[in-house]
Order: sequence, then C-alpha cells, then structure tokens
Amino acid sequence: MSDSPKVAADDCATHAGERPPLVRLTDVNKHFGELHVLQDINLTVGLGEVVVVIGPSGSGKSTLCRTINRLETIDSGEITIDGVKLPEEGKALAELRADVGMVFQSFNLFAHKSIVDNVTLGPIKVRRQPSSKARAHAMELLERVGVASQAEKYPAQLSGGQQQRVAIARALAMDPKVMLFDEPTSALDPEMVNEVLDVMVDLAKQGMTMVVVTHEMGFARKAGDRVVFMADGQLVEQADPETFFDHPQSNRAKDFLGKILSH
Amino acid sequence: MDLIDGMATLLSRYDVLAAFWMTVKLTFVAAIGSLLIGTIVAILRVAPVGVLQAFGTVYVHAIRNTPLTLIVFFCAFGFMNTMGWSIASPESPTSIADNNFWFGVIGLSIYHAAFVAEALRSGINTVPTGQAEAARAIGLSFMPALANVILPQAFRGAIAPLGTTLIALTKNTTVLATIGVAELSYIMSGMLEFNISLLFAIFVLIALAFVILTLPMGFFFTWLSRRLVVAR
Repeated sequence: MSDSPKVAADDCATHAGERPPLVRLTDVNKHFGELHVLQDINLTVGLGEVVVVIGPSGSGKSTLCRTINRLETIDSGEITIDGVKLPEEGKALAELRADVGMVFQSFNLFAHKSIVDNVTLGPIKVRRQPSSKARAHAMELLERVGVASQAEKYPAQLSGGQQQRVAIARALAMDPKVMLFDEPTSALDPEMVNEVLDVMVDLAKQGMTMVVVTHEMGFARKAGDRVVFMADGQLVEQADPETFFDHPQSNRAKDFLGKILSH
Repeated sequence: MDLIDGMATLLSRYDVLAAFWMTVKLTFVAAIGSLLIGTIVAILRVAPVGVLQAFGTVYVHAIRNTPLTLIVFFCAFGFMNTMGWSIASPESPTSIADNNFWFGVIGLSIYHAAFVAEALRSGINTVPTGQAEAARAIGLSFMPALANVILPQAFRGAIAPLGTTLIALTKNTTVLATIGVAELSYIMSGMLEFNISLLFAIFVLIALAFVILTLPMGFFFTWLSRRLVVAR
C-alpha cells in the first residue's frame, strides 16, 4: 500500500531473481531542464523476460525506454546490458546499440530505401554480412512478420501496421539480445494494432527479452511477465499482470487503471 | 536582321565556341570542387564535436560574406604570383593559362562551397530526427549513419537550392576574366573594345550563351527535385 519508489525497487529484485539479469538500471536520474523526468529508477530485466511499462502520458516511460540504448543520456546512475556498462559514445556505443533492437512509435523506416534494404542495412554495414546472406535472412524475417510480398516497395507505400512490422523485422535482423518497444502501436489506426501486437506476442513466446512501453493492456496481460507502472518520473509499482490489474496496490495505479478500464 | 548579321560576324571573327567551352569547363570542375568541399563543411556543421562545428560555421560565414573577386584575387595573385605556387607544369607551353584556370577554379570552389554547405544543411534539416535515431539504434555510428541514411535523403531535399547555387556558379565564372581566364566575359570585353557598331549584338550573343547553359539547368533541377523527392 505504498507509493514509495524505495519499496518498488525492492520488489524489483525479487521479481528478477528467477532469471539471470540482462538489463539493469541502478539509481537512474534524468532531468529535462526543471523537470525531473526519471527519479531514482531501479529496474532489472531478466533474460527472456517481457516487461511492460505503463503509466500516464509524461510519466517518463518513453524516456526510460530510450535510456536503455542511450538515445537519451542520463544524469546519474548506471545502466548495464549483459553486465556491460553502457558506453558513453563512439564505436563502443554503436556496437552496444547493435545488440539492442528498438521499435519506435513513428516506425522510422529509412524513407529512401526499399523494405528489404531497410532490413539488410544493419547486417551489411554493422555486422559486415555478405549481402546475399543478409538478404536471405531479411526475407525470412519479412516472411515471419507477414510483409515479404512488399519487399521491393518503399516505406511510404505501406500501411502503418505493415511499416511497424517491417521495423520489427529490421530490429530482429541484428539478432538483438533485447528488444525495446517505445509505444509501438500508438501511431496506428485501430484496425492495424492487432497485426503488430500479434507479431510481438509471437516474439515474446519465442523467449525474446522485451521492454515494451505501451497503452495496450490486453498485450500486457497476454504476453507480459511483469508490469511496471510509472508516474511522475517514478517507478511506482510492479507486479505480474494478473496481480497488477486485479489488485493494484498504489493509489496512483488504482486511479490510472480506473480511468482507462472503466469503458 | 542586323542583330543576326552582327552575331554571325562576331562568330566568324572570334572563337566564341572556345570561350563557351572554357565557361563550361570552369563550371563543371568548380561544381565538383564546391560539392566536395561543401559536403565536408556541411558534415562539420552537424558533427557531434564542438570544434568541428565551429570550424564549419566560421567557414560558411567568412566565405559567404566575402566578395568572390577577393577570393579569386587572393588565390591568383596571392598564392600564384606572390607565393609562387604552381599547379600546372612549368615546362608546359600553356602553363600560365593553366595556372590561371586552376587557381580560378579553386577560388570558385572555395566560394561556392559555402553555399553548397548551406543548401545541404537545409537538406539535412528536412530529414526527420527519427531517421537518425533509427540509424543509431541499429548500431550505425556517426559517419555510416550520415553516409547511408542522412545524406542520401538530405541531397534529395537540397536539390532545388543546389540547382540555384549551380546557376549562380555558372554566372560567377565571369569573375575569372579579371585574372585572364579566356571565358565568355573575357572574350566579350575584347569584342566591345573593337566593335563599336556591334555593341548590342555582342551583349545578346554572350547573354544567349549563358542562357543556353543556365536555363536547361533550372529546368533539369526542378525536374530532378520532383523525381527524387523522398516520399514520407
């Protein structure tokens, strides 16, 4: 029955205890000017775990997600991936990012490249794979997300749902250790949300480690191993989906769930 | 009819074609030079290192606000005459003309690079930040992200202003008449001196030669910018 982030941090340790830790955030703080957007965040994501981050707009959940591959820098604290501290910049950071897949709200497919070239760019330029091998793997992944028939088209020719599935394939092409999803369905028309969520659920079933910032409570229940609730830059509460949705502890979480689940 | 006859007379007396060809060569070589330097300067301006950014900014502001004639004089009279630098082989019978040509091209390239850099930077600004973030997220570092994701889109977004710069460059080659490069305006001043009766024909002939070059350029770049526009 406490809103204190201290308690949440302790919870976190017990939850991740069953799995070897892959991503660990320790006492992470970040400010945007006056705004203390991340406040003493402690979070551990275990290998193969699917952590769903939810919370009201402006709670810092997207920022949290983006700090994990350092698209956002942090002011203090430490983030490690597979035991390695995030490098600050340069080649080491680029190498680490190659191991962390990222899916954006606005897809961000490379607008001047065909679908298949979007997927092969990383493997060819970063992993130095021969283009024939990269292409074959890309086609497999596009098949898996159901857009193989669009391989030669350009991003603007695809629907939002298709573009986001390509973005997932592009991230998977790097064989990432962990996948970050930053509100992957928020920019989609309602009828396209499920085609993207289906791909994500499959991915979760296959044991991918995932951090998913989303407003899709259905996904959290279906595929999440743990729900993390953020509000005002603090990690307020975390629990397995059943417990969180049926018996939220903090008032902030009760209030939030009351507002979104009342329809 | 007088005009046409006058132009025919001029064409028979002067090697206008050679001068035209010189203007084309100057434009072509200086366009490549300014594109190379300008791209480097644009990269410096978006580089994540403060010193490089400052260098790029100073380059653009210093060069863009300096008259082209000054830069050309500095290259030709400063580097070539005073410092005694030479690009052409001294044994060549055309070594003086060649040196004039090359130092002129260097001056033109340095000057127009500032405008190319600005055009390119505006092109870079048309590329959404998400493109750069996605490039970084798959593990591309600064230069590969620039080369594979940002610049290809930036060039497409910058085609129209780059075209404007090329047209300006074509016309600005006339400044090289001041250092004795035998291009169109150089031959024009020779014509004006000895053909009082053909003044109007001289002007129209030389002006036409430039219009023949620059008008298609304008149409071509407009077509190209439509053709290569990045659909988002």
